[in-house]
Amino acid sequence: MTDMPIENAGAAPAPRKGSLLEQDARTRKRNRAEARFKAYGILAIAMGLLMLVILLTTIVGRGTGAFQQTFLTVEVELLEEKLDKKGNRDLADIKKVSTFGYAPLMRAALEAKVAEIGFETDLKSKEMAALLSKSAAADLRNFVLENPDMIGETVEFKFLAQSRVDGYLKERVTRASIANDKNISAAQLDLVDALVAEGSLQKQFNLAFITGADASDQRPEAAGMGVSMIGSLFMMLVVLVLALPIGVAASIYLEEFAPKNWITDIIEVNIANLAAVPSIVFGILGLAVFINYMHLPNSAPLVGGLVLTLMTLPTIIISTRASLKAVPPSIRDAALGVGASKMQSVFHHVLPLAAPGILTGTIIGLAQALGETAPLLLIGMVGFIASNAPETIGEGLMSPNSAMPAQIYEWAKRADPAFYERAWGGIIILLVFLITMNAIAVMLRRRFERRW
Amino acid sequence: MKDAVSWENDVTTNTVKIAARDVQVHYGDTHAIKDVNVDIEDKTVTAFIGPSGCGKSTFLRCINRMNDTIDVCRVTGDIRIDGEDIYDRKVDPVQLRAKVGMVFQKPNPFPKSIYDNVAYGPRIHGLARNKADLDDIVERALKRGAIWDEVKDRLQAPGTGLSGGQQQRLCIARAVATEPEVLLMDEPCSALDPIATAQVEELIDELRQNYSVVIVTHSMQQAARVSQRTAFFHLGNLVEFGDTDKIFTAPEDPRTESYITGRIG
Repeated sequence: MTDMPIENAGAAPAPRKGSLLEQDARTRKRNRAEARFKAYGILAIAMGLLMLVILLTTIVGRGTGAFQQTFLTVEVELLEEKLDKKGNRDLADIKKVSTFGYAPLMRAALEAKVAEIGFETDLKSKEMAALLSKSAAADLRNFVLENPDMIGETVEFKFLAQSRVDGYLKERVTRASIANDKNISAAQLDLVDALVAEGSLQKQFNLAFITGADASDQRPEAAGMGVSMIGSLFMMLVVLVLALPIGVAASIYLEEFAPKNWITDIIEVNIANLAAVPSIVFGILGLAVFINYMHLPNSAPLVGGLVLTLMTLPTIIISTRASLKAVPPSIRDAALGVGASKMQSVFHHVLPLAAPGILTGTIIGLAQALGETAPLLLIGMVGFIASNAPETIGEGLMSPNSAMPAQIYEWAKRADPAFYERAWGGIIILLVFLITMNAIAVMLRRRFERRW
Repeated sequence: MKDAVSWENDVTTNTVKIAARDVQVHYGDTHAIKDVNVDIEDKTVTAFIGPSGCGKSTFLRCINRMNDTIDVCRVTGDIRIDGEDIYDRKVDPVQLRAKVGMVFQKPNPFPKSIYDNVAYGPRIHGLARNKADLDDIVERALKRGAIWDEVKDRLQAPGTGLSGGQQQRLCIARAVATEPEVLLMDEPCSALDPIATAQVEELIDELRQNYSVVIVTHSMQQAARVSQRTAFFHLGNLVEFGDTDKIFTAPEDPRTESYITGRIG
């Protein structure tokens, strides 16, 4: 404390006057400064919390709509003469009937429904069927191909409504906003109102949004996150399998074994710099090296995973080194003192103590990689619509796919506001993943933390 | 590795265990140890005393090559244990450290159970053939560390949950469990209260029966109490080395006298 500046140096210390019960001016000033500083802190936290609340309410408010979709339930007569002319239920023959063959059945079903509820309208049956999604006929065809026995019978089928109808039920589309809209007319909306009143047209939970594939521009109502979720999972698998062992091994070597000289200094500085490199740079690196030079397939989660591995490695190395550094040197001394080799001291004593930090760092690195979009732009994982989930792990790694953030980006840039709602819904799913991963990080931390 | 000394070794004539000749230690540009020559006898407690920063701990750490872990540290000269040069290129420091145990200034048990703390050394050196053997070794080591009675009922409790003095005795037990021939102690009592210190000192006196013990200490009283031979270090030089009685009653060097009478330090 001798190097503290001494005030009134030279002057004889003034004897303290006054009572301890009342604060002198200097004490009051210091207390005021402290109170002010505390207030700034509380204010900063309050601002942060407010922003978080605004963010979450916006996301939840705008995104939950995507988890609900409007369906129209009608009875469809699966006419044998249309679907299976030979009548022998041969699947190959049934497959020859394209979706166009199903359109008349749907038109008939809708006409019947309109007649049943006694709704007076000038709409032609084709205009009535236009209330349904463009993928409705394909859905019906898939149903029939799966259940050929149902041909000839009348089944109750849940058709996806088209996005304007869905928007109307979600109050995104109003009668005023459709004035110049070619996709839906006021007369059709009258019919929608009647069907809603009758109860056959209603919003339901939309599992297909979570499990399904993306859809084309004309069918926002059919678009889902499922396949891009699988793409993301495969990428995370690649990142975990590559980045964790490489990152941990590199940090252990650098921290515990490497001689401290200018080469390791340069490596150290560059790893720290790599962590700050914009992710799009890694993307173009991946494009040049993995796709153009190594000829790995475009848009494949394997390539995405490799690029994200490069991006995640510095994060993992930095956090691993920090947690290795945090292990007290006395533990290393103790191990070496009883004759453990360097490697034994690291693997028996240092690494277990550093494990919680390493795991946390890894999971945070993974979470970061999961939300990364920019590098995926460059390797073609954005904008590709994978319609089917891969069947094998190899296929999952090598076949073109998208990723969750890329899918969100893709939806956000499409023109139809129905996709905008889906982008928000996608963000909710992504956030659920991230929160889950962070919760796992916290749990692992608790579990592996030194219990004494 | 030579066979470990048996517990019942009854050699009475003191032979030279560790011989150091012209030992120099450099930390980067600092010349920490200058020309140290010393003969440390077997079955004797040798104390290193001297003011802070005089190089006594540094020299101690040369004896089991713990200084190897410090990049900037260079050791030259000759240190022999039983006539073998421990800085010979053929010597593996890990094998050496099994033979030369060390107890540190701050008690540093592993964050594991008491049992595992003691069993770790024997395990990695393959000293036990089976579980019963290992149990035996652990019990013997804890008894030698004079802590068996206090912990025998809670061997699975964490070693870090013990009191400071108990932890230090656990560390001593851990060090003797690998059956070393030399025991180095770097200010083993500096973090302990007087009662724990007395217990550890008593223990050191018992350990003399089987080991060559080298203890670095700040406390001259401690050196006088536990050691038979004392070395006084000052500014990296070994100023005086001789029987403890003589050093404390009739020091030859004026610097030693100044130190033990409290004028430098």
